Amino acid sequence: MNAARLRTAGWHLFVLLLLTPLLYPIVWLAAASFKPGSEVLEQSLSLLPSHFVFDNYRELGGELAGVPVWRFFANSILVAGGSALANVLSCSLAAYAFARLRFRLRGPLFAFMLATIMLPAHAVLIPQYTIFQRLGMVDTFWPLILPKLLATDAFFIFLMVQFMRNIPRELDEAARLDGCGSIRIFGAVILPLVRPALVTTAIFTFIWTWNDFLSQLIYLSDPEKYTLPLALRLFIDTTDQASYGPMLALSALALVPILLFFAAFQRLLVEGFATSGLKG
Amino acid sequence: MTTVLDRPVPAVTAASGRRRYGERPSVAYLFLSPWVVGALLLTLGPMAASLYLSFTDYDLFTAPEWVGWDNYVRALTVDPHFWNAVEATGKFVLISVPVQLAAALGVAMLINRRSRAQGTYRSAFYAPSLLGASVSVAVVWRVIFNDWIGTPERALLALVLLSVWQFGAPMVIFLAGLQQIPSEYYDAAAVDGAGPWRTFRSITLPMLSPVIFFNLVYDTIRAFQVFTGAYVVSNGTGRPSDSTLFYTLYLYEKGFVEFKMGYASAMGWMLLVAVAAVTALLFRLSRNWVFYAGDES
Repeated sequence: MNAARLRTAGWHLFVLLLLTPLLYPIVWLAAASFKPGSEVLEQSLSLLPSHFVFDNYRELGGELAGVPVWRFFANSILVAGGSALANVLSCSLAAYAFARLRFRLRGPLFAFMLATIMLPAHAVLIPQYTIFQRLGMVDTFWPLILPKLLATDAFFIFLMVQFMRNIPRELDEAARLDGCGSIRIFGAVILPLVRPALVTTAIFTFIWTWNDFLSQLIYLSDPEKYTLPLALRLFIDTTDQASYGPMLALSALALVPILLFFAAFQRLLVEGFATSGLKG
Repeated sequence: MTTVLDRPVPAVTAASGRRRYGERPSVAYLFLSPWVVGALLLTLGPMAASLYLSFTDYDLFTAPEWVGWDNYVRALTVDPHFWNAVEATGKFVLISVPVQLAAALGVAMLINRRSRAQGTYRSAFYAPSLLGASVSVAVVWRVIFNDWIGTPERALLALVLLSVWQFGAPMVIFLAGLQQIPSEYYDAAAVDGAGPWRTFRSITLPMLSPVIFFNLVYDTIRAFQVFTGAYVVSNGTGRPSDSTLFYTLYLYEKGFVEFKMGYASAMGWMLLVAVAAVTALLFRLSRNWVFYAGDES
C-alpha cells in the first residue's frame, strides 16, 4: 500500500518535473512583460524582473505606426471571428453531404477532399493572391475569410463527418418518415446533435486564424488593417532595446484570448483533436 | 406460393429506398456547393494556374511571359539559396519530426495511468501546441535563445526545439490510441511473464502503429510548411548564412518581396511534388510496419 502510494507520488513529481521547462516560456513571457525594457535581453532567461514596471503595458495604450493598439485587437477579432463563423457554416454543410447524402461522385469527391488536407498552401499561394488582387480585395479582410466561407479548411469537414457518422441513422429516418427533407433534417436533427463539433471547429478556427501569420502578412499592408501578428512584426524590425518591453507586453496580451478559450473548453478541444486522428 | 410472397417485398424496399436517399440528388450538391466552388476556384484552378506560372516570368503587374523550364533550371542549378533552403528544411523535417513523435509517445505512455490528474496533465502538455504557431511565442523564442540565433547550427536547433515543444498535439492522439488497446492483451502479456520492454515491442507498438503512422504523415507534411518561427527569429532573412532559410520563407521572399512570382510558383510546385513523394514513400514503407487489427482496411 505504502509502496504504491510512493510510486504515485513519484509519478506526479516526474510529470511536474517535465511540465516545468515546457511551460516555462509562457510563464517567462508573463513575467518578462513587467521587466524594464533594458533588462529583457541582458538577463534573458531569468524569470523575475529586478522591479516590476507597468510601463510596457502603459505604452500599449498609445499608438504603433500611427494606429492605436486596440485597433490591432479589433482587427484580429474580426478576422478570427469571421473565419470561425464561416468555417462552421460552410464545413457543416459539406460534411452533412459527405456523411449522410447519396450522390454519384461521393467516393471520389470525398477522397479529393481528404487529399486537400495534405495540400501545402504554398502551392496555390500565388494564383490565389493574383485572384484576390484582380478582385480588388488585397488589403481587405476578404482574402482571409472568403476561402473559409468556401470550405477550403477540409480538416474541419473531416472532423464533422466523423461526428455525424456517429449519430444513429434511425434519427434521420424517423424525421424522414415525418416528412422532413434533407434541409430540415440537417437543421433540426443533425446540427443540434453535432454541437460539440461545431464549437470545436469554431474555437480551433479562431485560434489558428488568430495565430496565422503568413496570409495576413501577404494580404494586409495598410497599418490600419494590421492584425496582432503584423503589429508584433513592427517590433521585430526594430533593434531598439527600449522597444523590447512593449513587444513582450503585446506578445503576452495576444496570447490571452487563446488561453481563455483553452481554459474554458480544454476538454472539448483536446478530445475533438484526438478523435480527428483516430478514425482516419 | 413463394413467388407471390416474394415479389412485393423488393418493390417496397426499392420504393422506400428512393424516398430515403434519392429525393432529389441535387440536394446533395446544394449542400456541397460552397465547397465545390472553393475546390474549383481556390484549389484546383490555382494549382493549374501555378503550374502555368511556373513556366513564366511574372511580377503580378505585367502579363506573364513564357520562359519554359527556366525557373526550374535556375533553382536547381544556379541559385545557391534554393539549395540552402532545401537543406535547412530537410534538416528541420528529419530532426524535428522523429524527436517530436518520440517525445509525444513517451509522454503519452507516461500519463496513460489511472489518475484523477490525467486530464489536467494532458491539457497542460497540449497547451504549447495551441500557442506555438503564434508570433508571440516566436518572439519569446527570439529573446530566450538570443545567444543561439547568431550561430547557424544553434539557430536551426532553436527552431527544432520550438517545433518539438509542441509535441502535445500528437501526444493527445497517441494517448487516445493507447486507451483503445484492449487491456486483455496486457493481462495476457503479464501472465506470460513479459517484461515492460517486451510488452512495449510486442503489444503497444504494433497496436499503436496506425496512430503512429497517422501522426508521422501529418507531422511531416506540417513540418515542410513551417514558416512563422523562422521568419520571426531571422527577421524574414533566413540568417545566419541561410541556416533558418526554410523553403517556405524563401518562397515568400521570392514571391512577395522580390515579386518573382513565376520563380515562386515553380518553388511551390516543387514543394508540392516533394511533399507528395515523401507521403507516397511513407505509405509505401508503412506496409512493412503498420499493423491494422483484423486487417479491415
